[in-house]
Amino acid sequence: MSRVGLAIAFACLLGIPAGVGAFTFVYAKGFSYLSTDPRACVNCHVMNQQFDAWIKSGHRHTATCVECHLPHDGIGKWVAKADHGFRHSAAFTLQNFKEPIEITRRDRDIVRVNCLRCHEAFVHAVGTSPRGQELDCLHCHAGAGHGAGG
Amino acid sequence: MRIIGSADGGARTWLLAILACAGIAGVTVLLLALLTNIFERKQEARQPFVRVVEVTEDTMDPKVWGQNWPYEYDTYVKTSLPTTTKFGGRGPGASDAGPASQKLDREPWLKRIFAGYAFALDYRDRRGHYYALFDQEQTRRVTEKKQPGACLQCHASNLALYRFVGKGDVKAGFEQVSGMPYQQAHDLTDAKGQRLIQHAVACVDCHDPKTMALRVTRPAFIAGIKALKAKQGIADYDPNRDASRQEMRSFACGQCHVEYYFKGDGKVVTYPWANGLKVEEIESYYDAAGFSDWVHGETGDKVLKAQHPEFEMWSQGIHARAGVACPDCHMPYQRVGALKVSDHWVRSPFLNVNRACQPCHAVPEQELQARVLNIQDRHYELLERAAKATTDMLDAIVAAKKAGATEDDLKAAAALHRKAQWRLDFVAAENSMGFHAPQEMARILAESIDLARQGQIEADRAAKKK
Repeated sequence: MSRVGLAIAFACLLGIPAGVGAFTFVYAKGFSYLSTDPRACVNCHVMNQQFDAWIKSGHRHTATCVECHLPHDGIGKWVAKADHGFRHSAAFTLQNFKEPIEITRRDRDIVRVNCLRCHEAFVHAVGTSPRGQELDCLHCHAGAGHGAGG
Repeated sequence: MRIIGSADGGARTWLLAILACAGIAGVTVLLLALLTNIFERKQEARQPFVRVVEVTEDTMDPKVWGQNWPYEYDTYVKTSLPTTTKFGGRGPGASDAGPASQKLDREPWLKRIFAGYAFALDYRDRRGHYYALFDQEQTRRVTEKKQPGACLQCHASNLALYRFVGKGDVKAGFEQVSGMPYQQAHDLTDAKGQRLIQHAVACVDCHDPKTMALRVTRPAFIAGIKALKAKQGIADYDPNRDASRQEMRSFACGQCHVEYYFKGDGKVVTYPWANGLKVEEIESYYDAAGFSDWVHGETGDKVLKAQHPEFEMWSQGIHARAGVACPDCHMPYQRVGALKVSDHWVRSPFLNVNRACQPCHAVPEQELQARVLNIQDRHYELLERAAKATTDMLDAIVAAKKAGATEDDLKAAAALHRKAQWRLDFVAAENSMGFHAPQEMARILAESIDLARQGQIEADRAAKKK
């Protein structure tokens, strides 16, 4: 095989999967996941109920999904995004998750920290802090951010 | 081609090239698989169903609807499966294993309170919607006693029959069919000789075939809810026009899971809701109408029979107050791919705690089951106590009659018999073993016990006079 033929074979070998991959990424609205748009979270419809409830909540004016569900410290945000992205897409593709879906321990902690990011000035007197977590906001305010009462 | 000098090296290069090729081919396969998967999910979300056959008001057969809505149909068919909870649905449920087990054998007091009535013959555990018509055809209450066509209002998919008999007018057809003998109404055929009653309650009874929207079709429910709303100050209420979506989700079930009676000689199925849904409000309706279901076989008193008042009882409970509709627990949503589908395997939420309870109650499954059993066990104890009080009263009245007490002497006892038994039956016939409204049912049973013991005292007093 000539050097040109080899180059073409090599190009095809990498180019075809790269093209298929790129198309799949765009078709699956891959770029939307790099945004903060809440609609990205209902791309696959599993979160429809959560999204619908958020639309009805008091938080909708001030907090989108990522405000509460992602850390806000640079690296941590991207680690969490990658973690969510991988787990959610694997679960939805393989359809092997338990319902009703429940927030994980780790992600619950992210939300708790974010409660205080906005409300700390107001609640510091009740003995809670992002580090100490003597009180868990979500224990009582479980519906915060979702539904008419939240 | 000359890349590497030795023959050995050439072979290794080829091997590497082949492995790289295979590896990348594998990656491409996975990518395409993912792409197709995403495509399928997107399609599911875009098109919730595909109408492969046309369904109309005359499509009674759920199998035909099942071609368009396979997920709903598959779960509907599952209502043929036997399900058992601690207090409900015991015994075999599948058709080849025969009908469900006899409640009368398990709770002998039922035979006493129903003495002289068809329910003393045959009163079994419930089975699923799938058997609604079959079980009605089989029960000794229908095979050995004369029953009216009224019974078909709830057990059969009957709109075609009503339209045929009423010449297009469902309400008129319903009224005429109600008065016919059961078998005659059941076997009616249309102009082509096709039997009009063939299926148990099915799709068309709750869904509009054009839009699939929920609707109510049972004429007795439409009249009953109108009377109830009129009492609440809402004139000319039409559930199909005025009900909210969430109300409709309970109304669909309330079409049949209710207290009813056959009004007058025309045997028109009627829901006694004009004074309200509570046990004493319904009682006052019957008293004002001078209605009794039958004359009691042991005492000769004119008494009432309660029929599965689930809708009424649920209305008094905390879940109704919180805006939870019947299907939220009995037909919870399930996800099929990107679709959200109501589970049409209507059954006890106890068998489906995960979907039925946990979307609202973030508590472990075992804890939720323990809470339910806590309510049901206590309720059962109270129910048995009330049953004992009522049968003691029956004994006392029978003894007084033997001692020579006249009807006049026993007038007070007879009135108390009617009241006590009505309350006991209203709770016992309700299918939730206390869960739909625990406090309300405890209140009713407390009244029943009190009234029964009063009746017993009155009967003893009448006996002593002799």
